[in-house]
Amino acid sequence: MAKQNKTESWEYAPSLEGTSHIQLKKKYDLFIDGKWVKPTSGKYFSSINPANEELLAEVAHANEADVDLAVKAARKAYNNVWSKMAPLERAKYIYRIARLMQERAREFAVIESLDAGKTIRESRDIDVPLACNHFFYYAGWADKLEYAFPNRKVESLGVAGQIIPWNFPLLMAAWKIAPALATGNTVVLKPAETTSLTALKLAEIIEESGLPAGVVNIVTGYGDTGAAIVNHPDVNKIAFTGSTAVGKIIQKAIAGTTKKSTLELGGKSANIIFDDAPIDQAVEGIVNGIFFNQGHVCCAGSRLFVQENIADKVIRKLKQRMESLYVGNPLDKNTDIGAINSKEQLETINKYIQIGKNEGAEIYQTKCDLPKKGYYCPPTIFTNVAQSNIIAQEEIFGPVLTIQTFRTVDEVIQKANNSPYGLAAGVWTDKGSRIFNLTTKLRAGVVWANTYNKFDPTSPFGGYKESGFGREGGLHGLNAYVKLN
Amino acid sequence: MEPISFLNIPTSPSIDKVGVEERVARFQTRSIKNESKRQGLKMVLSMIDLTTLEGKDTPGKVKQMCYKAQHLHDLHPGLPTVAAVCVYPSMVAVARKELKNASVKIASVSTVFPAGQAPLEVKITDTKFAVDAGADEIDMVISRGKFLSGEYNFVFDEIAAIKEACGKARLKVILETGELATLDNVRKASDIAIYAGADFIKTSTGKIQPAATMQVTYTMLMAIRDYFDETGIMIGMKPAGGISTSKLALHNLVMVKEILGDAWLNNHWFRFGASSLANDVLMQIMKTETGVYQSSDYFTID
Repeated sequence: MAKQNKTESWEYAPSLEGTSHIQLKKKYDLFIDGKWVKPTSGKYFSSINPANEELLAEVAHANEADVDLAVKAARKAYNNVWSKMAPLERAKYIYRIARLMQERAREFAVIESLDAGKTIRESRDIDVPLACNHFFYYAGWADKLEYAFPNRKVESLGVAGQIIPWNFPLLMAAWKIAPALATGNTVVLKPAETTSLTALKLAEIIEESGLPAGVVNIVTGYGDTGAAIVNHPDVNKIAFTGSTAVGKIIQKAIAGTTKKSTLELGGKSANIIFDDAPIDQAVEGIVNGIFFNQGHVCCAGSRLFVQENIADKVIRKLKQRMESLYVGNPLDKNTDIGAINSKEQLETINKYIQIGKNEGAEIYQTKCDLPKKGYYCPPTIFTNVAQSNIIAQEEIFGPVLTIQTFRTVDEVIQKANNSPYGLAAGVWTDKGSRIFNLTTKLRAGVVWANTYNKFDPTSPFGGYKESGFGREGGLHGLNAYVKLN
Repeated sequence: MEPISFLNIPTSPSIDKVGVEERVARFQTRSIKNESKRQGLKMVLSMIDLTTLEGKDTPGKVKQMCYKAQHLHDLHPGLPTVAAVCVYPSMVAVARKELKNASVKIASVSTVFPAGQAPLEVKITDTKFAVDAGADEIDMVISRGKFLSGEYNFVFDEIAAIKEACGKARLKVILETGELATLDNVRKASDIAIYAGADFIKTSTGKIQPAATMQVTYTMLMAIRDYFDETGIMIGMKPAGGISTSKLALHNLVMVKEILGDAWLNNHWFRFGASSLANDVLMQIMKTETGVYQSSDYFTID
């Protein structure tokens, strides 16, 4: 071997996204009937930056009375304005919201990263553009519903109560609000308590867009606020994205009522690598599948199945790749993995990591320095995992991957389907016929082939079994907000 | 050690082009600022193979380039020299006379560059001529026609024969990826070259477009990575053709760093084959020093 020259290490200097262009108020009230109103409870809670535990803003805690006000406003707007408006006019408002969001994309991205702990790379390149695209996409449908549902008479539902999670705060708000507005419904939306800020910024944009008062109302708060929406007698539709446990509570609460519902719940999705797969791209797909958004993704590819004859190679390559992931300040443009969304979630993740160790699975975590303050978890994989390990069954919702091996196609289909969940799956193989064989047999709402975690407004998303029901996105997403006669 | 032949080298993995494009896009979002940028730019300068490969090359032209290679921008002290000059075999003696024992290496293309359409004896003679004239490095081209018609053994044996003819000179094997068309072919050709004895693998002659795209370089870096993991032996990489801006060069360094590691971040293991890159890098370096861009008239063309 030739003599090796002296090498120096080349590190990336911090490259922080600026925050001087964002405007955050110290205190946020509720957005009801086109106005900012103080909560009747008088209570506010703190929204903190999970990356450094600093206070970002105080946010109003809505109680039943506030929710009632919001629903009344939504009902009034529905009856008097929104349901009567010509669809083409509705579309113009939705387009306007989309354009205003685009204009302020950088501000949205930074606030999303501050509030949720997600990397600026992802909020800038994925969350915010996708959120805008959802508004653009559904704006296009508003005056074409008769083509979406040929030979049917399409009616809106009324007031939609929407409760969204903390993993994609703005994007989930867009997923919910855009189709509801396009189909002529009015909205009461509650963001998650740890991530209210971008929804409130969206409220500012909605205000600026001149959308008629009461068409979109944003009420912030905790679970009790959500319960008040679910239990409100004048809400026609509940759209929920979040945990399976809460989804079950909602199902029980609305049983016997005429409320329609769509639930997008948890997942423990299988990512399957065959021995003929393009191996380096598959490794990249594993990384995108589980470490995207710190693993806070309901469709995360958290159960990896690797064909046994290539398992050692895949794991070696995966470990190598993990070492080039930067964990740290979400606002640094070079950060690949940001902060865990909250202290509670970090505790949950750590609990599962401990369970995995206790179960005898072999743990590997990258050797990166974590910031002293804030909530961080290094990328983690477990090998030597069996289907019966708790960590392979329960949703961890963090950057933790379990790796199992398989030998035959039938075995991996059986194991992939052997879960109470069925949200998504990934298949990696060079063989087209094998892809089609698996996509027809995997019981999952989305099956990605030779890619993972790809989203588009035109493509429906939703689950099987305990991952929920109803579809969001695409033509199917309209269906959740209309009555067809 | 058992002699290696094409028959017992590992099967090349398949490459998914869409996946490669996505991965490459990730490298391109890396933000290189301040001190990293300064350090990176100087590193780029030191990795350049300053190249002239034209039918109209003359001793005069080569002499001037050799001077430039050692004096990139004397107005700004502390800059490195380029790694090497890259010339046709007929110009090697001229370059050797100019560079004497300077640290700047002399690379010579050979094997009837750029087409490589000649019998093996001619290619060996071509190579030996360049080595005898003082070349430190030989940049050979593979027989793409043979490769595309599936004669992998031929390609393998030819590279092995040229490696032998190189003697002490390091061998860079040019795959001419623009003619290989698919990333699967790029990977296969990389594996053949590496196992046949290449010290370096190189993307292109610069005569065919597309040349050193990041997708192609990525694919070749992965081949080097896999070979290192299998054998512990390091292979060098030289993207050539089409890299004319500092930004693209820095993104290439990002790829090298994240795929192969810091050990490859020096001109013994990584080179840029380029003729116009140096001045763009110099402009950027002066910008980081002074805060303002200078006109291209302030940087010499040789």
